[in-house]
Amino acid sequence: MTTMISVSGLTKDFVLHTQGGTVIPVFADLSLEVAEGECVCLHGPSGSGKSTLLRSLYANYKPGSGHIRVAHRGEWVDLTQAEPWQVVEVRRHSVGYVSQFLRVIPRVPALEVVAEPAKLVGMPADEAEARARTLLTRLNIPERLWSIAPATFSGGEQQRVNIARGFVRDYPILLLDEPTASLDAANRQVVVDLILEAKARGVAIVGIFHDAEVREAVADRLFEVTAFQKSAA
Amino acid sequence: MSAVMAMNPVAERRPLLKVNKLTKHYGDHIGCEDVSFTVYPGEVIGIVGESGSGKSTLLNVLSAQMPPTSGAVEYDLSAKGLRDIFTLSEPERRKLMRTDWGVVHQNPRDGLRMNVSAGGNVGERLMAIGARHYGELRREGLDWMAKVELDTSRIDDKPKTFSGGMQQRLQIARNLVTRPRLVFMDEPTGGLDVSVQARLLDLLRGLVRELGIAAIIVTHDLAVVRLLADRLMVMRRGHVVEAGLTDQVLDDPHHPYTQLLVSSVLQV
Amino acid sequence: MSAVQEARWDEAYNFAYLDEQTKRMIRRSILKAIAVPGYQVPFGGREMPLAYGWGTGGIQVTASVIGPDDTLKVIDQGADDTTNAVSIRRFFSRVAGVETTEATEEADIIQTRHRIPEAPLREGQVLVYQVPQPEPLRSLEPRETETRKMHGYAEYGLMHVRLYEDIARYGHIATTYSYPVMVNGRYLMSPSPIPKFDNPKMQGNPAIQLFGAGREKRIYAIPPYTSVKSLDFDDHPFEPQTWDESCALCGADNSYLDEVVLDDHGGKMFVCSDTHFCEDRRAKGHRGELGADPAALAFARTADEGEAQ
Repeated sequence: MTTMISVSGLTKDFVLHTQGGTVIPVFADLSLEVAEGECVCLHGPSGSGKSTLLRSLYANYKPGSGHIRVAHRGEWVDLTQAEPWQVVEVRRHSVGYVSQFLRVIPRVPALEVVAEPAKLVGMPADEAEARARTLLTRLNIPERLWSIAPATFSGGEQQRVNIARGFVRDYPILLLDEPTASLDAANRQVVVDLILEAKARGVAIVGIFHDAEVREAVADRLFEVTAFQKSAA
Repeated sequence: MSAVMAMNPVAERRPLLKVNKLTKHYGDHIGCEDVSFTVYPGEVIGIVGESGSGKSTLLNVLSAQMPPTSGAVEYDLSAKGLRDIFTLSEPERRKLMRTDWGVVHQNPRDGLRMNVSAGGNVGERLMAIGARHYGELRREGLDWMAKVELDTSRIDDKPKTFSGGMQQRLQIARNLVTRPRLVFMDEPTGGLDVSVQARLLDLLRGLVRELGIAAIIVTHDLAVVRLLADRLMVMRRGHVVEAGLTDQVLDDPHHPYTQLLVSSVLQV
Repeated sequence: MSAVQEARWDEAYNFAYLDEQTKRMIRRSILKAIAVPGYQVPFGGREMPLAYGWGTGGIQVTASVIGPDDTLKVIDQGADDTTNAVSIRRFFSRVAGVETTEATEEADIIQTRHRIPEAPLREGQVLVYQVPQPEPLRSLEPRETETRKMHGYAEYGLMHVRLYEDIARYGHIATTYSYPVMVNGRYLMSPSPIPKFDNPKMQGNPAIQLFGAGREKRIYAIPPYTSVKSLDFDDHPFEPQTWDESCALCGADNSYLDEVVLDDHGGKMFVCSDTHFCEDRRAKGHRGELGADPAALAFARTADEGEAQ
């Protein structure tokens, strides 16, 4: 099976300069491999570093040492070494990320928020918008909301817009941060279906799923972040 | 995709602007010191820092409005490749500034001709590069006024009758009309009402993406760079103390000053 | 003029008023101006015995190029008999002893304010313009350092902004005098406040055209047979003024006309602004619709009397 993500020797501490230089160690010497079509669930109690790892895989956080290699257009790119513009390229083409909360941009309507990532990689506007409509329909966002900026949407609606945005194009790698946290059962099932379909297409998925039902439905294995914890030096 | 992939960086792109060890001293005072970075086509770079941190000095040197004490600013002159802008002849540099570059000033009065109509302001750069058809200049003027969401019926009004936000949008249209590849912006939302700011930011974001323009934006407003900038440089006392992707720098700041800056923002 | 002949000018002054060093300096500037058509050459302008705005630049240029055997014509707004023209002509009669004339054809040097004579000029003639503001870009760009660079680098887009503003406001290029021109395809030049009607006469003219700005201390020139193009837009081409009327006195339909009020009851007529041209035509038997009208002829006679003094 083809490896899509290969993490080795990853160490991350937070140094809080505004609080007298307090060092908060998160994990050390962490290794993880994720294959094509595999869904790995990051597991562990709150504060164990699941989100930090997930954000590191998206190069949102900068680890202190180690390597994060991701497959990008037939080549390995080490996100800990990559130039910023390379990271942008990787995010645009290879690694999708569904955050817990939608970052709302003033005046941009929901349909455009969803279609944007597809347009950015050159998909024709009508095709991108057609895919966006399909996803918004599946995720039960009423059509009357599509032309409205999501700033006024409820938490659940915003999250579903965010999920649609993450699935609008086929990223080879998908990172999901509690995608079902504030969804009702029906919508939770839609998300599970979307994830299973992505797996079937060969997408490598790393996610944080608090909901045991969802976890059991989508995860191939659990990855215990706590296993790489070390106490403060 | 083969199981064993070559460890190979993504193919190199051709830089648009390359800044190498740029230093500007005012006598004994440091304006900015030892600043190096590269801008690629279509990239938006934010420069943040408090007043006096050297960000405006840096912008003035980068945009060739002031010579550096030492260091080089190289710009990709399509046909001639990367050239140090301070070795260009003055007419070459001036031509660059009114065609391939744009400068959006914090105060629109510095960037507009206040006694020339809105349409004349938009058309000036086109006329400077040889446009000699009134009808086409008119069409471009109307087109750009619509693009920056100005009432096109006001094309013959002078900017002094416009509000601050309208003047700023007109200044942007005036700069973008020649489809520059690089735009310098100094606090583009400074001095505007918050509601007007949001509209301007959103407009800028759309235009920059749609036209693939690279931009260097100096601001003290982190919300501005969060929305507009791909990359961020944090300046303090003339030095770049931290740089990286905007979300990296804002979400996982490493330098004490950046942490202070990020933690000082009031949450709404 | 033979060496033994007594000087014909008032010997209290050097010939043509200016001292020889100053004339030499101004001639050097004129030569430079002719070598670089349309380029404004700075010169050390002198104080003249009349105020700025009365033609001090033109007088210094004329004084520097005139010789004792030259014949001088001076016009102001096309007329030979207005105060400014008369006093400048008398000035040169006194300080240079030169012959003066109203006939364009007979003049070697024609000093002018605001007009180019209607009669075609010939090789060997010199037309000297009085210039109040030599910089065509000044109203748009107040900084001299900046306008100098614009000339140096031929950055003239700003001039079209002014024409654009005209069309935007009036529907056509409303600039009717000081209409900017490109000289020899290189320098943007103000033709002094002549009506745009006269602009085409500058193009390829056999005479030497010299421009003197006394207050601004600039000299510029158009050598004979030089290209002089009026600026315009592709879809708003340059057009000189035209009139529905013809000259009420001489009937000319191809000259620049002034509107003259005849009485308190709205009576008016259009007459040639070039008085010599008009008289010449009447002498040859041409008549306009008021050519026999006593009031109109009274106006024409006043002009003749002006010359008689």
